[in-house]
Amino acid sequence: MSGIAGRDIAIVAFVELPPVSRDTEREEVELVQPVVSEALARAGLERRDVGFVCSGSCDYLLGRPFSFVAALDGVAPWPPILESHVEMDGAWALYEAWVRLLCGDVDTALVYAYGKSSLGDLPRVLAQQLDPYTLAPLGVDADAIAGLQARALCDAGRATERDVAKVAEGRRVSDGAAAVVLAAGATAERLAKRPAWIRGIDHRIEPHQLGARDLTRSSSTRLAAEHAGAFARRPDVAFLHAGFPHEEIILRDALAIDDAVTRVPSPRADPMIVAGLTRIGHAAATVLDGGADRALAHATSGPCLQQNLVCVLDASREATS
Amino acid sequence: MNRCAIVGIGQTHHKAKRQDVSIAGLVREAASRALADAEMAWKDIDAVVLGKAPDMFEGVMMPELYLADALGAAGKPMLRVHTAGSVGGSTAIVAAQTVIAGVHRRVLTVAFEKQSESDAMWALSPKIPFQPQLTAGAGGYFAPLVRAYIRRSGAPEEVGIAVAVKDRLHALKNPYAHLRLENIDAAMVRDSPMLWDPIRYLETCPSSDGACAMVLTDDEGARRAPRPPAWVHGLATRSEPVVFAGRDQVDPRAGRDCARDVFDQARVTDPRREIDVAEIYVPFSWFEPMWIENLGFAPRGEGWRLTLDGATALGGALPINPSGGVLSSNPIGASGMLRFAEAAMQVRDQAGEHQVPGARRALGHAYGGGSQFFAMWVVGRERP
Repeated sequence: MSGIAGRDIAIVAFVELPPVSRDTEREEVELVQPVVSEALARAGLERRDVGFVCSGSCDYLLGRPFSFVAALDGVAPWPPILESHVEMDGAWALYEAWVRLLCGDVDTALVYAYGKSSLGDLPRVLAQQLDPYTLAPLGVDADAIAGLQARALCDAGRATERDVAKVAEGRRVSDGAAAVVLAAGATAERLAKRPAWIRGIDHRIEPHQLGARDLTRSSSTRLAAEHAGAFARRPDVAFLHAGFPHEEIILRDALAIDDAVTRVPSPRADPMIVAGLTRIGHAAATVLDGGADRALAHATSGPCLQQNLVCVLDASREATS
Repeated sequence: MNRCAIVGIGQTHHKAKRQDVSIAGLVREAASRALADAEMAWKDIDAVVLGKAPDMFEGVMMPELYLADALGAAGKPMLRVHTAGSVGGSTAIVAAQTVIAGVHRRVLTVAFEKQSESDAMWALSPKIPFQPQLTAGAGGYFAPLVRAYIRRSGAPEEVGIAVAVKDRLHALKNPYAHLRLENIDAAMVRDSPMLWDPIRYLETCPSSDGACAMVLTDDEGARRAPRPPAWVHGLATRSEPVVFAGRDQVDPRAGRDCARDVFDQARVTDPRREIDVAEIYVPFSWFEPMWIENLGFAPRGEGWRLTLDGATALGGALPINPSGGVLSSNPIGASGMLRFAEAAMQVRDQAGEHQVPGARRALGHAYGGGSQFFAMWVVGRERP
């Protein structure tokens, strides 16, 4: 989707903290400051050169309201900055920054996300996302909901119990932070030798009620991929955000990813709220360092893949398909 | 550049407890009214941008996931913004930017708070390790800033009382307002209990359930609109740290920078003369003169004179909060969007009994955090 006068936007730097299962030392600002400083340094930007800042975080992970306010000190916002925040995975903060850059009045943007899942019991915390009147009172946690989806996939004959056995192990809890620098047009070409151009980015949501969707398919991933132009040309590499093996089966199907595409397995430590942004960041990094010409990244949010984002990155600024 | 127009506006009847509706019912009430105003159906909407203050105000984590069904968002992009008290304004700005960027053509933006579902005072008083606990809510935080303003400006006590009376009189003209105090006068405000000196009970905002929604669109959408649109002439945000040595929290630089930016975009050189009406975020009465100065409507230390002279009342030279403002309805997450929406209603001649006759340009203003997050738009009757 081209924006203002076909303005091209690219990722020029990506940094993440080495994710750890539990970080007892650092609070919000101490997670954010190192990745922000390093990302700006890699892009060769001073803080004051950044046109727009956008972040993603979630109060329920930190167990406090206004967590993002504390984290903002990590970018030292003085003099005052143009800034926004989504209570979502950082992938959606990156989407907002992409929109902001398309408006044409700023040329660079900084995106960051941080999460500390280790402070609580993640499956029970995530259960607070459920409809508070009809679903949450049932007391079902997020891993049990994921099990329903795995069961549905087995019943449909599209997975075996062996494929989905890992659901029983539960999800891996971890803490972390990541930052991405975006730039428009000539600025991107000045800041990176080989910018990772965003050739398409789109996100879609599905009904929340599990009974209102086909749990064996991800229609929102498919729709986002279509609008992001993911099917125009096969990517060299794909970074999928799957918390469980059965989710990956569903996503590969929705994205038509076959064995010719290199799939990068989900890391052992995969911090909630940061994970989607790191998929885009790693996809960009493979383009930035010459490892791939075209990379696909995916991010998800909500119970049973309710909301999905697809981003297509390319070493070429011009459409080749 | 794509222009952005507001073609549909809706809000709920705000109350202390809207026990007749769920959270989904509340947001749908506002959204349905905005769609009806725009004469659009749910299928006409390309994307939904939702805003609200901390999730702990209702006890639902990332409630946009659950609200996707009620807001007709299935199969569409849905974003969730959270920028503290300024969020209603920031959310409208994010939605407008998707139109300006050419990404979407018809966007539904919604902001809400259903404070009766949880306890905002509790959610505003967290115990953070290694920090003193703020146990007095927002009033406890902002009262010292009001005291500093009074000391700097030499403003008399009557100013805070005058704003409290004026906004409640305005609210009597707004059928959606929460507080409707038929007998409000200066004595009633003066005799109300002192909560956080110098802020009395009737100088503070209520705690409300409520929602606000708008339909934003581009030139083509504006041409097809059944009623005159409001046009976005400028939109701006600024953020600064909550605390550092020497920070002026009474007259924050982020607010001044934001105002200068939004007025520059709208080609407003003398806001006092060129802005016909302003809806600004005044949760405690004294914030009216404080923001009058911060926004550049009056020189430093002089803002309170506009209030005492009656300039900020309906019929005055610069009516402020003809809707009754945050002092009369405060669904926190929606309060900023209500300011933006009421500004747009004024330039669309849609404000009924609280209409400022002939309003051509209006300011919508929101702030949040420790007076550190600002969001503003200037809307006008003419396409810029």
